[in-house]
Amino acid sequence: MSNPQQLRYSKEHEWLSAAEEGVSTVGITAHAAEALGDVVYVQLPEVGATVTAGEPCGELESTKSVSDLYAPVSGEITEVNQDVVDDPALVNSAPYEGGWLFKVRTDDSAGEPELLSADEYAAFAGG
Amino acid sequence: MTDAPRRTPLDALHRSLGAVMTDFAGWEMPLRYGSERDEHTAVRTRAGLFDLSHMGEITVTGPQAGQALNHALVGSLAALAPGRARYTMICAESGGILDDLIVYRLAEDRYLVVANAANAQVVLDALTERAAGFDATVTDDRENYALIAVQGPESASILAGLTDADLAGLRYYAGLPGTVAGVPALIARTGYTGEDGFELFTAPGDAERLWRALTEAGREAGLTPCGLSCRDTLRLEAGMPLYGHELSTALTPFDAGLGRVVKFDKAAAGGTDRADTATTPGTPVDFVGREALEAAAARAAEAPPRKLAGLVAEGRRVPRAGYAVVDAGSGAVIGEVTSGAPSPTLGRPIAMAYVDPAYAAPGTPGVAVDIRGSHEPYEVVALPFYRRER
Repeated sequence: MSNPQQLRYSKEHEWLSAAEEGVSTVGITAHAAEALGDVVYVQLPEVGATVTAGEPCGELESTKSVSDLYAPVSGEITEVNQDVVDDPALVNSAPYEGGWLFKVRTDDSAGEPELLSADEYAAFAGG
Repeated sequence: MTDAPRRTPLDALHRSLGAVMTDFAGWEMPLRYGSERDEHTAVRTRAGLFDLSHMGEITVTGPQAGQALNHALVGSLAALAPGRARYTMICAESGGILDDLIVYRLAEDRYLVVANAANAQVVLDALTERAAGFDATVTDDRENYALIAVQGPESASILAGLTDADLAGLRYYAGLPGTVAGVPALIARTGYTGEDGFELFTAPGDAERLWRALTEAGREAGLTPCGLSCRDTLRLEAGMPLYGHELSTALTPFDAGLGRVVKFDKAAAGGTDRADTATTPGTPVDFVGREALEAAAARAAEAPPRKLAGLVAEGRRVPRAGYAVVDAGSGAVIGEVTSGAPSPTLGRPIAMAYVDPAYAAPGTPGVAVDIRGSHEPYEVVALPFYRRER
């Protein structure tokens, strides 16, 4: 599955949409979802919580493992995807669409986050 | 270990099917081909196809092969009828479990011992040493077999189209030599999934032909290639122990709740008339670990050790091997998870755990699992979690 060009990517395999009125959407990449296998449980940060770029802010459990979910940027959580909490399989079936995880109002004072373009991420993740 | 991982005869085929491969006991094995949950469901409702060529085959032959195995293992193998199979264990002198095994008696003087891949060398070495005083030969046959399993309710009908063997007459835990898709194979009605199914031992050079023929024959019935990930959730739902999780050298069969596999009263020739028996038929034989196991049995009867219990989550967080089982009220550690996974059949996480006897009864209230610092409530249930309808 190709990585959408309009998104930016973290080395922890999250994607981040371009901000609309300061709010970006975050999910995990198709590559990460494939590596995890069937996701069975998603723990997301609370709405209103502050997250820090590169720090864990939740977890994803699959059949075989549990993985931390990292915040790709610093900011305040404005919304979480209740659909994916109720049906974690959305992370596997639609990682860039219905499987989005949360929305974050980015804190610009934290500086420019270190994120990759789609092509850079593809190279990083091994194509 | 710096050795490169070993590959089964079906390695290229797995990769062409897009398998996610994993290192398992020194072998590169398919973990899953697509969704492990779909693979699990295929086995429960239709049929799944597994490559189990990593398993360790050891052949024991000779006029005293049965007596050698009676001495080497905890089970009564001399009494096993030709064509039948038995689940058994090999223990250390101390009583600790070295491995759990399936032993097939292929003929009067011929047995096939199937060990876990990780323990195959240990089992081979122990059998060789323990058989030394008997007229029996132990042969490492790991390189001479590939093993393909077809598991699930449709497996008999799929296999029936490829063989003239009498599958209807082949009982659970029985095996017979035959031909499947033109390929010679030992056809065994055994498995590790909790479903009806077959394990086909064949020559490595025939494995791909057999796999492809099964795939073709099973297409309409929904036969699905399955990896080790779903094999683990299938066996866990079926309450079957896995060496390295529920079984280890630190535990005797009695500690694992499997004391029934230890046959203290096994006789040299199992009651059959044999002119060549070294000991009098009917006399209980000595076997490696007997003394320690008798003590373990007595200990288990007087002061029961931690018992293997089933746990079902009330929430959705998954318990993993090594997590502590705790008293939800006091927080005291009362046990340890040995295997845990989201159960596709139950739709909730499940676990097997060794727990203090006071908490082991189904329905015991106030039991929780410490999942990374949070005490999640769990229901204690009887094993297995899943039993197929017959």
